[in-house]
Amino acid sequence: MKMQKILLGALVALLPSGAALADWELNMREGVTAISRDIHGLHMLIFYVCCAIAVFVFGWMILALVLHRKSRGVEPAQFSHSTKAEIIWTLIPVLILVGMAVPATQTMLDIEDDRNPDITIKATAYQWKWQYEYIDEEVSFYSNLARTSNDARRLDSGIDPTTVENYLLEVDNHVIVPVDKKVRVLITSNDVLHAWWMPDFGIKKDAIPGYINQVWFRAEEPGIYRGQCAELCGQDHGFMPIVVEVLAQDEFDARMAALQAEQGVGSTQFADNTASAE
Amino acid sequence: MSAATEHHTDDHHDHGPEMTGLKRWLFTTNHKDIGSMYLIFSLIMLFVGGLMALVIRTELGQPGMQFVSPGFYNQMVTMHALIMIFGAVMPAFVGLANWMIPLMVGAPDMALPRMNNWSFWILPAAFTILLATLFVPGGAPAGGWTMYPPLVLQTGDAFPMLIFAVHLMGISSIMGAINIIVTIMNMRAPGMTLLKMPLFVWTWLITAYLLIAVMPVLAGAVTMLLTDQFFGTSFFRAAGGGDPVMFQHIFWFFGHPEVYIMILPAFGIISEIIPTFSRKPLFGYDSMVYATASIAFLSFIVWAHHMFTAGMPLTGQLFFMFTTMLIAVPTGVKVFNWTATMWKGAMTFETPMLFSVAFLFLFTIGGFSGLMLAIVPADFQYHDSYFVVAHFHYVLVPGAIFAIIAGVYYWLPKWTGHMYNETLGKTHFWLTTFFVNLTFFPMHFLGLAGMPRRIPDYSTQFADFNFIATVGAFGFGLSQLLFVYIIIACARGGKKATAEVWDNPRGLEWTVPSPAPHHTFDEAPMVK
Repeated sequence: MKMQKILLGALVALLPSGAALADWELNMREGVTAISRDIHGLHMLIFYVCCAIAVFVFGWMILALVLHRKSRGVEPAQFSHSTKAEIIWTLIPVLILVGMAVPATQTMLDIEDDRNPDITIKATAYQWKWQYEYIDEEVSFYSNLARTSNDARRLDSGIDPTTVENYLLEVDNHVIVPVDKKVRVLITSNDVLHAWWMPDFGIKKDAIPGYINQVWFRAEEPGIYRGQCAELCGQDHGFMPIVVEVLAQDEFDARMAALQAEQGVGSTQFADNTASAE
Repeated sequence: MSAATEHHTDDHHDHGPEMTGLKRWLFTTNHKDIGSMYLIFSLIMLFVGGLMALVIRTELGQPGMQFVSPGFYNQMVTMHALIMIFGAVMPAFVGLANWMIPLMVGAPDMALPRMNNWSFWILPAAFTILLATLFVPGGAPAGGWTMYPPLVLQTGDAFPMLIFAVHLMGISSIMGAINIIVTIMNMRAPGMTLLKMPLFVWTWLITAYLLIAVMPVLAGAVTMLLTDQFFGTSFFRAAGGGDPVMFQHIFWFFGHPEVYIMILPAFGIISEIIPTFSRKPLFGYDSMVYATASIAFLSFIVWAHHMFTAGMPLTGQLFFMFTTMLIAVPTGVKVFNWTATMWKGAMTFETPMLFSVAFLFLFTIGGFSGLMLAIVPADFQYHDSYFVVAHFHYVLVPGAIFAIIAGVYYWLPKWTGHMYNETLGKTHFWLTTFFVNLTFFPMHFLGLAGMPRRIPDYSTQFADFNFIATVGAFGFGLSQLLFVYIIIACARGGKKATAEVWDNPRGLEWTVPSPAPHHTFDEAPMVK
């Protein structure tokens, strides 16, 4: 026991800057959409089912390991069949699986119900940044890894990542969306595969050249949510995060209007663009 | 063989190899020599791939980039996987098959000994080419072992070398598989009907069919990559009307059976060891065989569960979710059968049994996370996160590799004629088991907290568990040096092993002397 404590103490002392970094986050986030909460619920359900099975199976194994050892002077039994037992341990797992498949299928149906979106954003992946286009609002911008993170992540940069706020999870231009609105995201890629992962919305979808994948979310709480590219896309795969800012409707309208003004969206500018394109 | 041969026992076939020195190994057609070469080769590859894993873990030890560039990091990730899968795990199983299948079925050698020699010697060539890519312009392949286009098409000069190396590995595997099937089908001792074969032979028979079914699929997929790159085809190029997702379907049609190629022989080894040390026959032999066959069949209809996030119709997602969940049933039968074998036995815990018991617990943990990954909505969160990394390392390291190590300890006295050092073996077991969990268990937490896989650097919230995993990885790596020491020491000397080695084990391999003479079963034994 004493030895264990010393070892544990030594291990804790070795941890980089100890408690300052420690999130010790153990579990999936519940997120801020109905779907992400359903997914979290499913995750916990399967986890508890697995725990229950583990208690039974591991308990059985441990009991055997303790009781049926030669050093206790036991004589080995010689049975090698039991049709009854084998039928039971085939059928019970089937029933457990059916019990898990039903809620999973229900959630699948909800996820696939992408009717009537309020706003549509097209997300195009590049090596190594995201471009967002608001289809109806005619606004578009790129979203790159924030300068502070980009400086610190260079090889031997000399910058301690712990001093950088939201290290590797901050971008220059946030995606903005209104709260409680059904936001549809059309995801594609301009070069290699990428994936758009927002843990708090329960969304992960590949960005594939030549394909347009579709996901949707209805965020219920204003705030800033962070995700990352989840499909290996080359050397800077780890450096193209995703940041979505969920805003109250009036705030969103104001920010969107500012963006439109900045990008010159309006009848005249639009006409100019068309003319110059011709 | 004249009539003068009156008393035939096995130990009068004591003549050794016909050639000596390097020639013996280069030209050998002896299944024992070839088995040894496979096993030594895979041990070397385990260390090469392990060193790459340590480069990965070193860089991930703390946040920020300290040691390697992101590009080189991706090369390490890709090469680590290719070497461990095709260089360490698969050849180790083929090595065990070469050594043990003829001994277990009472055959004098493999059915096709010259092809056997060739299928081994292709491997060093293939891995020389693969490892040489580290030194060519553009570096080694860095697009992941899954070789997804379009990214893999950005590989530099290494690209055609990668394709060629994969082709060679495939040819080697197919030849090995043919040899194993022909041997099992034609060379069993009289009286050994199919349902009397040892489980290791059964699992390898089914594995060999899987290899023949899917290695050509991989060869086709990588050849299409090659023509896309050099001959202007557009199989996978969206710009030319091709489909990048089709590659994933083809790849995983190979890839999922490949997963079982790496675990079914492990099931076979565990099914040999647990009865021996429980002093009790294997529980549910028939259902073990049927469960293995069911898993093999299901492996062909679950491939798209590797690509739920690529986007597919709802019915497709549901189909692949249900089939994947179904695999839990035959796998569960196996775990229950092993436990029932131990139940009411008289167990002792020599090193092979320790590794087998650890396999039982830790492989089951990998099975649980596999079941969780099958649930599509939850997979949207787990996919391509460290949760997946934790999952497949649990089934491959304390799964496949623990079974291989258990098999090596189990049969080592038969190969060398000496007992290994049991105290050191047990030390090796406890160190390995402690560190394997220290390395891979925290990865579950990292994945659930949102850390993507295949990234060289991460947000500071992930720092602590990554540091623990790095400590574990170095401990695991160093512990394996002890394994090498034990094997070398055992080959050089030690307590003489008896023919039976263990306490009344079942199987023909224990009827020949230890070490097994160069030629065994010149006359087929009778199986009752």
